Amino acid sequence: MSINLSQPAVELRESRLKTITGYEGDAAELLSRNDIPNRERSFTQCGSCSADQVMNLLTQIQDAAVVEHGPAGCAGDIPMRNGVFRTGNKRMGYNVHNVKYLNTNLDEKDTIYGGGAKLEKAIREAKRRFNPKVIFVTTTCASAIIGDDVPGICNELEEEFGIPVIATLCEGFRTNIWATGFDSANHSILRKIVKPARQKQPDLINVISFEHKFLYESVFRQLGLRTNHIVPLSTVEELERISEAAATVQYCETLGSYLAAGLEEHFGVLEIKAPAPFGIKASDELLREIGRIFHKEEEVEKVIISEKEKIAEDLERLRGRLTGKTAYIAAGGPLAYSIIALVKDLGMEVVGTSVWHHDQRYDNDDERLNFLRFGVETYGNFKVGVCNKQAFEVTNAINKYKPDIAITRHLATVWAAKLGVPSIFAGNEPTEMLYDGLIRFGQSIDDAISNPAYIKNVAKHSKLPYTDWWLKQGTYSFLRSEQNV
Amino acid sequence: MSEIIQGPRHGCALGAQQTVVAIERAIPILHAGPGCGSKLHRGLSLAGGYQGAGYAGADAIPCTNMIEKDVVFGGTDKLRDVIEGTLKIMDGDFFVVLTGCTADIIGDDVGSIVSEFREQGVPIVHAETAGFKGDAYKGHELVLEAIIKQHLKPAAQIEKGLVNVFASVPRHDPFWEGDLNEIKKLLAGIGLKANILFGYNSGGIKALEEIPAAQFNLVVSPYIGLKIAELLEEKFQTPYLHYPVLPVGGIETSKFLRTVAEFAGTLSEQTEKFVVQQEEEFYHYIVRAADVLTEYRLNQPKRFYNINDASYALGFSKFLVNELGYFPIHQFINEDVPEEYKDAIEGYFKELSPEISSGITFTQDGGVIEDKIRSIKALTAPLVLASSWEFDIAKEISGLHLSVGLPIIDRLILHHTYVGYIGGLNLVEDIYTRLLSKNRE
Repeated sequence: MSINLSQPAVELRESRLKTITGYEGDAAELLSRNDIPNRERSFTQCGSCSADQVMNLLTQIQDAAVVEHGPAGCAGDIPMRNGVFRTGNKRMGYNVHNVKYLNTNLDEKDTIYGGGAKLEKAIREAKRRFNPKVIFVTTTCASAIIGDDVPGICNELEEEFGIPVIATLCEGFRTNIWATGFDSANHSILRKIVKPARQKQPDLINVISFEHKFLYESVFRQLGLRTNHIVPLSTVEELERISEAAATVQYCETLGSYLAAGLEEHFGVLEIKAPAPFGIKASDELLREIGRIFHKEEEVEKVIISEKEKIAEDLERLRGRLTGKTAYIAAGGPLAYSIIALVKDLGMEVVGTSVWHHDQRYDNDDERLNFLRFGVETYGNFKVGVCNKQAFEVTNAINKYKPDIAITRHLATVWAAKLGVPSIFAGNEPTEMLYDGLIRFGQSIDDAISNPAYIKNVAKHSKLPYTDWWLKQGTYSFLRSEQNV
Repeated sequence: MSEIIQGPRHGCALGAQQTVVAIERAIPILHAGPGCGSKLHRGLSLAGGYQGAGYAGADAIPCTNMIEKDVVFGGTDKLRDVIEGTLKIMDGDFFVVLTGCTADIIGDDVGSIVSEFREQGVPIVHAETAGFKGDAYKGHELVLEAIIKQHLKPAAQIEKGLVNVFASVPRHDPFWEGDLNEIKKLLAGIGLKANILFGYNSGGIKALEEIPAAQFNLVVSPYIGLKIAELLEEKFQTPYLHYPVLPVGGIETSKFLRTVAEFAGTLSEQTEKFVVQQEEEFYHYIVRAADVLTEYRLNQPKRFYNINDASYALGFSKFLVNELGYFPIHQFINEDVPEEYKDAIEGYFKELSPEISSGITFTQDGGVIEDKIRSIKALTAPLVLASSWEFDIAKEISGLHLSVGLPIIDRLILHHTYVGYIGGLNLVEDIYTRLLSKNRE
């Protein structure tokens, strides 16, 4: 693969990774082909847009400002993003403050006469109010359709201000694969912020994740490695220097694929080629790969042995309680495949999965990064529906399988609860990684299954917004055939 | 609304999806981009005290998720498919198609698609709620207008004592359900049956269809709902009472009830007894709190800012000035108030009490609010009744902060209300709990 940094717009996942959002089948078939055409739906519910994921990363950079060029409703995600940012800063002991965000509040007149002047004013205000080191300027459906020249305005002001003013093109209608938003944000960072390494730091490793630094921290400390946690909560200066790290590790292809591959291709920072550290075997493999890259093979073996000893008793207890229980998993592609490892390690059965999208290639096309292959080879074949976050399909499937637990991410867990199925929300804080993560996750599952009092009460007192007819249909019966696409 | 926005609060007109979700068993259908519904749900519902998905909200909302080829070739076929799917899949009594920026800019003829279904007997209406048309209050009015114009028919008979209530904007105002429920109880006390339209046990499509049968419409807000009442008067000759102050506390609630009873013709010995008894009970607690409310050592806030919509800012200001003896510093009205109402709203704040008035600033921009607050020298610690955006500025001026307006991400709100007698007590409890915990923890 090649990460092309010459243009302001990122190459879309549809063409870059042959990503699909509609599929019904199983993991073995997905693995055997890389030419599956996408299937669309004749009925759809609210999805998500790439601008949303752009904000997920860019508003969380400490001393950068974001100017969103669009109507005020496009800012709907910002109040909660601010909450996440404040929580992250508080947890890390950093200065707690609001996100540095402005919206151009496009109105009806602007859609007729253009919003360029307003955008320029907003960018100047962002400079004055926040004194940022970088300004990201993002696009929306409205500003893209009316055709405002965002890159042109950014370039002019960049020259005047002497700081990067970066057009991040992410209008919602451009792609139905919202993960492209992560790529757009990372594209901007790679293109305009990261600088060539002044001096390589052989004990430094970039960790791509969300707003939490504690995940790998204890293990990395034992290995004598220093970490750069990116992108959320980073400062611009930290991002400028991620090129100095010896390697990059990530836990979710959806989030980190583009940035890790771009750092390798353009700045010579190796991506750790191993599955994400969910479950015991993947954690072993990832740590061994890190040991190999950093020449710490012996230390890694010691860490693996001691970490496994620490969890042995709890793991046996949890396996005793959970063996034979069933789980339904609904999450983003690679993460859903990773959660299978956890569930299987705990002795449970996976009755089905819904994944939001499926990439048929990877930015760093290396089979060791194919989490699906790792899952199938380690734990066996499983059913896969690629559903673009469609709640009606997920609800239909959970109703059919009536699993002991539904594990969901990005989707309201209330739909499972209304069916009387215990559900845990595997949110944006993947504390389920590595060895002790397996125990934390297993304990949460055990708690949810062992006292479903709340769930049973919810089910007794509520009704789903779906017809009985729909709940009896095939889960993917609104997918059009491949020929019709 | 030409200004830029720092600290976004009130979404866009497509936020009307929340109004539809608040109608029992109603299903919104969006003809919009893929991210609109999800962002507006989070901004107006999660960030409004964690209100949850509701019956058919959040990721259950049908949406065409318009992408590039729809922008180029038009999205009406897709919309027809999604409406057809909705009628099979979603279990609802009433359907409202809402358009976003994409559909409205490219000019999809949504009206004709929707009328195809209406002609087949489907209870369905549509509203053009492109984000660039205004904020979620505007969207709320557009949806009500659509329902009135496209769905309602004149009543066979007017029901005496039935009153349609247009007050807290559902799911957008974080306290809407508690507020509307409290207004319903209060009106029952003066012999009226409130048609609340939104929320638990409000009646869904039946309640909507009863609108033309009401004796009168009641608008409780400086201006939101006025257009709706005027439209109903024009279409069904229903008279309306405009009570501009959201009643909070003893004095204002009693005044509100007497005014409504007089207009409705239910002012009587019995209703007067209800009002007097309620106000007495309210003052029982207010008197009981006198020990702490006159305490000096706690550094009590005696001056206040409101950063909220016009309705809450006015309701709170009246209560704080007239019943707790506070002084207004300055008030910020942060929804997109139409020009025609601004003078009237300024007037309400000029006469909070015969002696006390407050200046106001209309702005949607958090940066303007912060600059203004920084420019005012405060001798004592003020009360900052605001949103979760104002934690930092409140700290900067050593103010006492309480989140009472969108976005509220530091409170879980279920049936809490700031309306009526109970609402006044709730506000006093919340302010002084915050003050005490700040001093004692």
